Amino acid sequence: MSGTAEQAQPTVHRTAEEVSRRGSAQTIIVTGILVIVTLYFLVPVYWVVVAASKSTDDLFSTHGFLFSASFQLFENITQVLSFDNGIFIRWLLNSVLYAGVGSLIATYFAAAAGYALSTYAFRGRNVIFGIVLGGVLVPGTATALPLFLLFSQIGMVNTYWSVLIPSLVSPFGLFLCRIYADATVDKSLVEAARIDGVGEIKIFHTVGLRIMTPALVTVFLFQLVGIWNNYFLPLVMLTDEGLFPITLGLNHWRSQTDRLPEFYELTTGGVLLSVIPLAIAMIVLQRFWRGGLTEGAVK
Amino acid sequence: MKASAEKRAPWILLAPFLILFLFTFVMPILMAISQSFTMIEREGLFGEEGISTSFAWFENYRLALADGAFVASIGRMFLFGIVQVPIMITLATVLALMLESASARWPGFFRAAYFMPYGVPGVLATILWSFLYVPGLSPIVDTAHSWFGLELDFLSSGTVLWSIANIVTWSYTGYNMLIIIAQLKSIPGDLYEAARVDGAGPLRTALTIQLPLIRPALVLTTVFSIIGTLQLFAEPQLLQQVSPAIDSQYTPNLSAYTTAFQYNDYTVAAAQAVLIALVAFLLSFTFLRLTNRSSR
Repeated sequence: MSGTAEQAQPTVHRTAEEVSRRGSAQTIIVTGILVIVTLYFLVPVYWVVVAASKSTDDLFSTHGFLFSASFQLFENITQVLSFDNGIFIRWLLNSVLYAGVGSLIATYFAAAAGYALSTYAFRGRNVIFGIVLGGVLVPGTATALPLFLLFSQIGMVNTYWSVLIPSLVSPFGLFLCRIYADATVDKSLVEAARIDGVGEIKIFHTVGLRIMTPALVTVFLFQLVGIWNNYFLPLVMLTDEGLFPITLGLNHWRSQTDRLPEFYELTTGGVLLSVIPLAIAMIVLQRFWRGGLTEGAVK
Repeated sequence: MKASAEKRAPWILLAPFLILFLFTFVMPILMAISQSFTMIEREGLFGEEGISTSFAWFENYRLALADGAFVASIGRMFLFGIVQVPIMITLATVLALMLESASARWPGFFRAAYFMPYGVPGVLATILWSFLYVPGLSPIVDTAHSWFGLELDFLSSGTVLWSIANIVTWSYTGYNMLIIIAQLKSIPGDLYEAARVDGAGPLRTALTIQLPLIRPALVLTTVFSIIGTLQLFAEPQLLQQVSPAIDSQYTPNLSAYTTAFQYNDYTVAAAQAVLIALVAFLLSFTFLRLTNRSSR
């Protein structure tokens, strides 16, 4: 099974002749099916837009897919932002901190390690690569529980560090960086820089990082979404509401809807506020997502 | 001096990653394994006379496996995986093939729309869908009742597993589709040319050229989906509040979480965590072996 690494090949040929021969009937059927599937993926997001614009009474008395007569979106949003001294904004900033800082550093560390494993021949490099590869297959939730025990012994539970430190390691990122460096970093270029008297670490920063950029973007995005979406680790580690990321915070609001119906509006408004920027980010970023994910995956 | 710099360099570059990897992967895993073989005994009625630890052999594993609810939760995930993973991978493949065919209009728009749920955290996806499941709030339940007279119950003991499957499918189909599309794009154009010259239609092309060549992507997405299935946690944990059919041991992870934080029984919880990881390993390897053999 070869042909996985050639990413730069031309895509499916769409010649004018082919399109006309297949006819427009097929286009209509295929596009029709794709539209129906789109409805499935967009319905929950549409629902939350509608729900966040209603009062709590309307939420239960009017049809869920139709806007009600009174449009309360901005009142609801204001309430989300101001409730409990703006705790929502704090959760959002916490998420940005965990995911942004975590994925940036994780990418840099994975790049350095992947580059080292690819560029230098030294004893033990295959052992290291093998062990880290095993880490890719270990379920993240399987390490969260023992991590909690470890962190509680050194008194680090319920701090920013308890969520941030585990986010700095990406075995999958190292795997991708090594594969990508193997395929792209030219050893003679490294040798040439060496002859010019450039230090080894500086060669990595000036030559290695630049060539590996496409893979780094993939690793960064992968880690960013991974941390942003993580729930189990912060749930296990954090008890202080002020340290919560957005996932934990919104679930905290939702869990109170049973007793206090006004939390329905806070929850739907909060979900809307946090889903919209992410949805836009995904739509913008999805074209960067292809590089390297399947390269050398399973041979 | 230069040679020694070259010897040192890889370790300097590897150090930050390796130190963190040791601290957050190797040590917790070793710790979980050692905990799972440990017996903790409390002296006195409330442990006020100190605690003693001893080697427990496989006692914690015996306890974990003797717990019918924990074993049942693994079985439940098998059922879930056997149904949900093939549906999701098939859907992702069909969508990828359609989007990459010449027949699709606006492929960029559809690709973005299908990928979008991947950016919605599982917790938020579950909150969204739970509102669409709960009677009284859900427009789906309302409409089915008032238009067709159907009484839908997404949260009963018979249906809630598939309601969770729906949330997972919604979240990850677009992501898997994107991996498959990346591999489809790497198929050389002349292969399509040759197929057309031979008079192969789109279906023949898909079956004889595209599917065999995207096999690595299909294997990759399936293995990751299997691991993901065994890790299910947020969805059932959140739906617990609205569905009495979900108990505190509904999935293996929920079970380990409950054992650790509600019963404070860390040693049995550690045994459960090790068992979950082992099952994930075993399934992934079995699947890789099976697919490797049949490709020979």
